[in-house]
Formats: sequence, structure tokens, C-alpha cells
Amino acid sequence: MDSINLFGYKLTSCLHVNLNMQIKTTTEDKFHIIEIYGDVDASSSIKLDQSVEDAVKEGFKDILVDCSNLNYISSAGLGVFMSHIEEFKEKEICFALFGLSPKVKNVFEILGLDKLLQILDTKQEAKEIKDKEVK
Amino acid sequence: MVHYYKVNCVRDNLRLIREFVTVVLRNLSLSEIEVNQLVLAVDEVCSNLIIYSHNCDPNYFLEINIEDQSGKLLFEIIDKDADNFNMTEYKEPKIANIIKERRKGGVGLMLVNRIMDSVEVAVEDQRSIWRMTKKIVAS
Repeated sequence: MDSINLFGYKLTSCLHVNLNMQIKTTTEDKFHIIEIYGDVDASSSIKLDQSVEDAVKEGFKDILVDCSNLNYISSAGLGVFMSHIEEFKEKEICFALFGLSPKVKNVFEILGLDKLLQILDTKQEAKEIKDKEVK
Repeated sequence: MVHYYKVNCVRDNLRLIREFVTVVLRNLSLSEIEVNQLVLAVDEVCSNLIIYSHNCDPNYFLEINIEDQSGKLLFEIIDKDADNFNMTEYKEPKIANIIKERRKGGVGLMLVNRIMDSVEVAVEDQRSIWRMTKKIVAS
């Protein structure tokens, strides 16, 4: 993976490309950020799962998923996040999603996953979760 | 008016199916969230048939009909070669169990059931037909 310094942040970048979806990963301080572009469906969810698994294997304790450019998510995408919830608890990983459009957030709400996953409006709010938990 | 689309069972065609449903529904007075839900329901059924029933074999086809029945939308997904799925025997799994077992699948049909007003699977002329309806409110 390439690593650059930008405005004091160490950015490590990696790109997974799929016909419908792209994933870009970066690190900002202690935060590992997975940016999703396009559609996560039964065809592309494997790449998303791989990105989450890689982040866990690399030992990140603060993983954020940037959904600002996520256009669509199906059950396959929800399944990726659901299948890691127990592991996040076990390994004390702070995991949050942010920047979801109303239609994408609605898909999480249909199954009540908005109550089981940390879903925030902005990256800053997602970064501040741990601080709030400590207080 | 019935809108018709036919695709072969290739995983990448899920995107084309979603585009077809979106274009059809765009002409109706539905919100972006409602359109997305209906696209999702069709996508879930089609992905199950393409991936699990036909192993992404391009020699098999799905046909999709969407009909606006004034106040109600009828979605039909027709599969000439799938085994019949008995919808009456389907029991919704518990989300807590799926999470505990770390399963990646199991919520697709749950989404379909929660989005649509009715879901049935019929066998007619040796074809398996997923028939789903949704009431719509004209705005």
C-alpha cells in the first residue's frame, strides 16, 4: 500500500475496483476509513467484506465506513456489517458508518440495524464516538 | 401497461435489473426511498434466483414484469427452470441469531417481506413465478 503525508495526516491508500463499486481505504491518525463508491450488491459485497477483514487483521481499533458516495446497498452489503458485529465486540473495535443518504439509511432501518450499528451523519461525529463513550 | 425485461442469469446483470426497475418507477409519483425499496425487493429475489438457483449460469433466464394497476404495483419475476420455493413454509430468522452466528446471508427475503404488501410464489405452466404487490399512493 502507498503511504503519503498530507496536512499532517498519514494517509495510506488502497483501491478495490469492481464494475459497480469502488472501495478506497485511508488512515487518518488512528482511524482506518473505508470509502465506498457506487453499489454494494450480491456481486460486489465480497470486496467490501475483504476490506473490513483486512482492517481487522491489520489491527485497527477504530474503523469508519464513509458512505457519502454509497448509492445502493442490498442484503449482501448489510450481511457484511452484520457478520462482523460480534468480532468488533470481541476485539473492542470501534466501528461506525457515516454519510449515509436517506434511501441507504432506510435500508438499515427496515431491519432495525440502525440500532445495532453506529450510524452517524458526519465523519467528525463518527470520530467522536469513543470520546462520548468514555465520558 | 406492463413493462417487461428479460435477462440471463449473470451476476453482473443485477445492476441492469435495478436500472430497469428504477426507470419504470421513475415515472410514478414515488419518493426516492420508496423507489429504492422496490428496486431492492426485486434485486433480492433476482439475486437469489441468479446466484443460488442457477449458479450464475448464463444459459438460464429471468423475465420481469412490472404493472401499474392504478393504486397498486404488481411485480412478477418469472423463472422457467427454478425449483419451486414454498413461501408458506418460510420462517423469518431472528436478526440476533444471524449476528451471533456471524452469517453474511439470510436477510434478503426478510427485506422483501417487509417492503412488499404481498409476496407469493406460484407454479404455472412449469414456470416458477414470484408475484409481489405494493400499494402506492398517488401524490
